[in-house]
Amino acid sequence: MHAIREALAAVRRAPLLTGLSAGMVALALYVVGLFGLATYNLHQALTRVEERVEVVAYVRDDVRDEEITMAEQDLLGMEEVEEIRFISKEQALLAAREDLPEFEDLFTGMDVNPLPASLEIVLRPGFRTPDVVARVANRLSVYPFVEDVRYGQEWVDRLYLLQRIGAMATMFLGGAFALVAGLIIGTAIRIAIFARREEIYIMRLVGATNGFIRRPFLLEGGLTGLLGGILAAAFTFASYLVVSRAVFQLDWMPLDWILMGIAAGTVFGVLASAFAVRKYLKEV
Amino acid sequence: MIKLTKVTRDFARRGRALDDVSFELRKAEFVFLTGHSGSGKSTTLRLLHLADRPTSGEVRICGFSSDLTSDREIWKLRRRVGMVFQDFRLLPGRTARENVEFALEVTGASRSEILPRANRLLAQVGLSAKGGALAEELSGGERQRVAVARALVNEPQVLLADEPTGNLDERASRGIMELFRELNASGMAVLMATHDLELIRAYPAIRTLELSEGRLVFDSAASPASTTGGS
Repeated sequence: MHAIREALAAVRRAPLLTGLSAGMVALALYVVGLFGLATYNLHQALTRVEERVEVVAYVRDDVRDEEITMAEQDLLGMEEVEEIRFISKEQALLAAREDLPEFEDLFTGMDVNPLPASLEIVLRPGFRTPDVVARVANRLSVYPFVEDVRYGQEWVDRLYLLQRIGAMATMFLGGAFALVAGLIIGTAIRIAIFARREEIYIMRLVGATNGFIRRPFLLEGGLTGLLGGILAAAFTFASYLVVSRAVFQLDWMPLDWILMGIAAGTVFGVLASAFAVRKYLKEV
Repeated sequence: MIKLTKVTRDFARRGRALDDVSFELRKAEFVFLTGHSGSGKSTTLRLLHLADRPTSGEVRICGFSSDLTSDREIWKLRRRVGMVFQDFRLLPGRTARENVEFALEVTGASRSEILPRANRLLAQVGLSAKGGALAEELSGGERQRVAVARALVNEPQVLLADEPTGNLDERASRGIMELFRELNASGMAVLMATHDLELIRAYPAIRTLELSEGRLVFDSAASPASTTGGS
């Protein structure tokens, strides 16, 4: 109870200092929030592209239904394969007409449908990597009724590279931003505690235990971090709205990312306080 | 109550601050600790409330030994020893009463007893009428009285005072001395560091220890015929 009372009293006694500390924490976390928003949207964009990764096997015109059925059963036994769609010659022509209306005259004048039937193999998430795609393509090419297998090797390779670059950038830049945010939060809290070093001195002098002294400061640091985290989330959301309305549509981050950011601010606040108070606890 | 045995304190830059100092303070005794600036008075007081540790030798106070008391246990000692300073060290922006209440609260007094005890302590130091005044609105003597009231929150057995009259005029100094003598008369041991020889001479019955360059050079209890210090 004393810890809560003292923490709230400290905010009341020096609202400007608390506000400035929370503001510094908020700005530090806001940068992390913007980075998170960019990372999330990049991740979403790559996921949408990745969902389009599939292997297409063009089959001979004289293929029998039993052969297709057997191949489908065989392929569905592979853990990498999520779904197989058989596209008949007629469906292929229909799709071509819908996709390429400028060639309608050409399609109408044809006596024979030149488009082959095909098997479209959709891979499970996590298996849309270049080596898995190539393995599935190789497996398909051994069927005697398969004429050709296409999966856009170069395109898949580039997508995979882009994903790896994205992951590395997230790790290093995210780590660097988090570190800088941590240092700023630590400094903000240390300034707030420096202003109250005399209280710590008196508490030590009259015989308060270290735990008793520490608790209100930890709570105050946590509150500052929490407030800063909430403000940072609000700033990030405002930025998201502005960009989405004025530049291009973005996806908003999932709630657990936001909660994790606010929790990180709170934890940073508590740790920074613990570190700063420790220094003054040794002075008297 | 207090016993220093062959206490030496060396600092890396300053060198030797205390050199083989030994003395003893009995229960309810009042002692002046005097000496020039840098003679080791403040170092002695810091060692006595374990804000510092001797390089060699042992400090014993209220049953706590500098050799055996860990940093985590210092708070137990601090609840038996009151401490006042030349610069008062009151919390600014708080009233006299709030300064005392703060000390009571952080030492675990219950909410219901904080206010009456703070008022009682302020009355004890003669500041009943000034409880609501901000620390910065009080005179030097009044501030020191608030500091004494704060030092009394734990009903200590020993009061350590580091130049408590150093920032006060003569009248206020006498007032603080009388307060200390009252506390001493109630059974509290008082060790008061001061370089104010006029003050010491005004109380010839009080035992005086003199430090010079870190060494104990005079103890009026051992040489009762001498005047205070060599000064």
